[in-house]
Amino acid sequence: MSEPVLQVRRLNVGFASRGRVTPAVRDLSFSVKAGETLAIVGESGSGKSLTAFALLGLVPPPGVVSGEAIALEGRNLIGLPEKRLREVRGARIAMIFQEPMTALNPVLTIGEQIMEVILEHERVSPRAAKARALELLAQVRIPDAERRFHDYPHRLSGGMRQRVVIAMALACAPAVLVADEPTTALDVTIQAQILDLIDTLKREHGTAVVLITHDLGVVAEHADRVLVLYAGRKVEERAARDLFAAPLHPYTRGLIAARPRLGGRGAVRARLTEIPGTVPGLAAMPDGCAFAPRCPVAEAACTLALPPLVPAGTGSVACLRVGDIHAAEPERLSVVHA
Amino acid sequence: MLQNQNAFQSSTREPVLAVEDLVVRFATARGAVHAVDGVSLALAAGETLGLVGESGCGKSTLGRAILRLIEPSQGHIRLDGTDVTHHSRSALRATRRKVQMVFQDPFASLDPRWTVGELIAEPLHIHGIGTRAARKAKVADILAKVGLPPEAARRYPHQFSGGQRQRIGIARALVLDPEVVVLDEPVSALDVSVQAQILNLLVDLQETLGVAFLFISHDLSVVEYVSDRVAVMYLGRMVEIADRETLFAAPAHPYTRALLDAVPQIGGDGAPRRPPLAGDLPSPYAPPPGCRFHTRCPTAQARCGSDIPVLRTLTGGHQVACHFPLATVPETA
Amino acid sequence: MSLITLAAPTPHAAPRSGFLWRLLRRPSGVVGLLLLAAIIAVAASAPLLYPDDPLDMVAQPFLWPGQDAAYPLGTDMMGRDIASGIFHGARVSLLIGAVAASVSLLIGTATGALAGYYGGRTDAALMRVTELFQTIPPFLFALAIVAILQPSIPTITLAIGITAWPSLARLVRAEVLKLRNGELVQASIALGAGDLRIIVLHILPNTLAPIIVSASILVASAILTESSLAFLGLGDPNVVSWGGMVGAGREVLRTDWYIATLPGLAIVVAVLALNLLGDGLNDALDPKGERRA
Repeated sequence: MSEPVLQVRRLNVGFASRGRVTPAVRDLSFSVKAGETLAIVGESGSGKSLTAFALLGLVPPPGVVSGEAIALEGRNLIGLPEKRLREVRGARIAMIFQEPMTALNPVLTIGEQIMEVILEHERVSPRAAKARALELLAQVRIPDAERRFHDYPHRLSGGMRQRVVIAMALACAPAVLVADEPTTALDVTIQAQILDLIDTLKREHGTAVVLITHDLGVVAEHADRVLVLYAGRKVEERAARDLFAAPLHPYTRGLIAARPRLGGRGAVRARLTEIPGTVPGLAAMPDGCAFAPRCPVAEAACTLALPPLVPAGTGSVACLRVGDIHAAEPERLSVVHA
Repeated sequence: MLQNQNAFQSSTREPVLAVEDLVVRFATARGAVHAVDGVSLALAAGETLGLVGESGCGKSTLGRAILRLIEPSQGHIRLDGTDVTHHSRSALRATRRKVQMVFQDPFASLDPRWTVGELIAEPLHIHGIGTRAARKAKVADILAKVGLPPEAARRYPHQFSGGQRQRIGIARALVLDPEVVVLDEPVSALDVSVQAQILNLLVDLQETLGVAFLFISHDLSVVEYVSDRVAVMYLGRMVEIADRETLFAAPAHPYTRALLDAVPQIGGDGAPRRPPLAGDLPSPYAPPPGCRFHTRCPTAQARCGSDIPVLRTLTGGHQVACHFPLATVPETA
Repeated sequence: MSLITLAAPTPHAAPRSGFLWRLLRRPSGVVGLLLLAAIIAVAASAPLLYPDDPLDMVAQPFLWPGQDAAYPLGTDMMGRDIASGIFHGARVSLLIGAVAASVSLLIGTATGALAGYYGGRTDAALMRVTELFQTIPPFLFALAIVAILQPSIPTITLAIGITAWPSLARLVRAEVLKLRNGELVQASIALGAGDLRIIVLHILPNTLAPIIVSASILVASAILTESSLAFLGLGDPNVVSWGGMVGAGREVLRTDWYIATLPGLAIVVAVLALNLLGDGLNDALDPKGERRA
């Protein structure tokens, strides 16, 4: 169980135009073990969704994927021909999307769509596939599965659709499930149901989950490890508990402080900590640390060279000032959350 | 009407905006939908009332009906005591100065062909306010207030980031010095780091300008941060209104409780949460009889399925529409 | 209040300023524009180069192109100068094309904008009328009008103009409908803007791109319709027109094919120019292209 099922090494994703490639994800490495949830957190433009698509070989042109490896159970997916990729996709690595409707075919019943995934990857009879599909619908807690089997996607609510997409993703018991903002389009009470469902299925099947999200609350409650992306680069990766107890990178700290916390406001309203400015555009990436222009503790050296990822506790962080921050405000790190 | 009196009592000051028993009905191919079904609320000068609820609860429809962007089917909207529900379009134009709106999508609500200066001056033009020079000065003034440099006036919306565009949208809403601004999910489309900028800005602006906000959002943390009082809607009906501290510390309606429990949080100790609400939102075309929440309510009893609970006052402006409200002893968190 | 730096400025200051540049970067735009400029030059120079009536007999009939240097494109069976006819014909084609397209544009845009903006009964009534016009083939409709009213430049122009607008009306209606329910218009209403202000200042400018593209196509089809009418002998008998020249040359097509072919070529070039221009405009006005540029 300790061997990672997915290992990404030095992944690069960029956009090609007029003979030049503008990098969007740079030098990204991470790994996920069976039964583990790795959350990839970032804001728009961080490259988190692009990373998700790259894992499944789904980056559309003009996107270009390169790098050392996307090793899924020991097999490198980078450079694999489309035909071989298709054998892997849906069988060993599957994906669920932000908007479930985009992943469903409106003219097929949900039962047919789940059966299709099974028949595509396994030599089983349609009868067996149907039995499996019904079982999957029950597994994702769709009530009255027998009847729902014959429903078309538009007849279902957003939450039910996402359950169907999850059933399709899990149809062939993949080793890795990539969930790209799976609950962003859903209401908060439905979000809780779906995230709990993913957790339960992960525990039951030992699936490795890559959870792409912008919501740190979701991460705190559902992830084992957290990878923070900023402008296409990993700035911090730690065990979730450690990261929220003592975030190291100034960006991670900014993200946590910028978010109003439920039940966190007393009678007097403390100002939210702002991160000034906005994420730099792909075409205008600053030299050195991409966060330096917005960073409260940046110094001249930060704008000169890229900060290397250095080991820190249960993970790593890429910040030149991280040692100084530690020394200057040890108390702050310990009281981020009581 | 009992409900209305309660709405007034809940605010100590004279309300600038009062909504009484408002109904918005849509005729659709699948039948009539009561998107807003008998909702009352009052907004005092300079306060922020947060309006929360999940999709389909009618919060956005209510916001738009207050601006008469959607025509209400029944009920009343009063501005400074004047009933504007049936004002003609020309009479409405004058009252529109007093109530403005900030939209969710700062990309969609700004005309891409106009400069920011023109966009912000447009409301002044429409209402024939000021000379050319005075309007220019006003635009510069409001730009500074929302934290944009003066040269922003000569640029076009597409040259700004999402957060900056929302500043432009806010400037446009505030340039007429309105008494009430309806903000419909104003930070939902923004990144977390930018959200904080806009929330701080809104709080600052309210302090300096004394404008009242109706802050519509699905995000409870954001609503808690900005609001003085909070109203919760479910399937077209108001289920609970209370001041911020009461609502977040001791909600009386089981739905409010469930909403709060469902928000994923940083700093949880890993202890298991209360299990999430089961089931889906019922279809607005066929809402459940009685209490609309009874199909998902963990504490529902027999009469919840037949009797419609009326909004009633518990203590000090805390109103709830539930036959069996939760104990209102503040929990120690 | 936080200090905000402006987003990285895009190379062009205004969305419109780079428009001509974007049009000229597309081959279809350049070729279309050049051809159209050439046709306009031909039309403009006609009274200078050929001051006499192009319907006059000036030389012996059936002079082939190149046979007599004074008549580079030859003469037709009545001894009329074909070059002079093509030059003067360009004036007629462009005039009728532009005016008829303007008439269509006016009717189509107004109908579509009102129907899309007001919706409900207004929409139902206006669309019913539009459908009525659409059920009759526009060419036959124009033919009937000209036949009844007697062919002359004003009647031909009017006939083409009032038969070509329905498709534009539908296009404008769809665009307006999209904007009408969007936040742009809602925001304007919330500010207290009146209907006219919203339609003229916010809606129409934002539907301009498809309208301009259709305009170039409308001019092209108007030229084609006029030529067809003239070919059938329903042109204005007092002016020379490309379609009329083709019609006249039809009888001697087997022997002296140049008489029908040369004005036919002029029609092809004009229609091609306008279609290419429409294509180029379509790309250049695409807001997505704008962002990419």
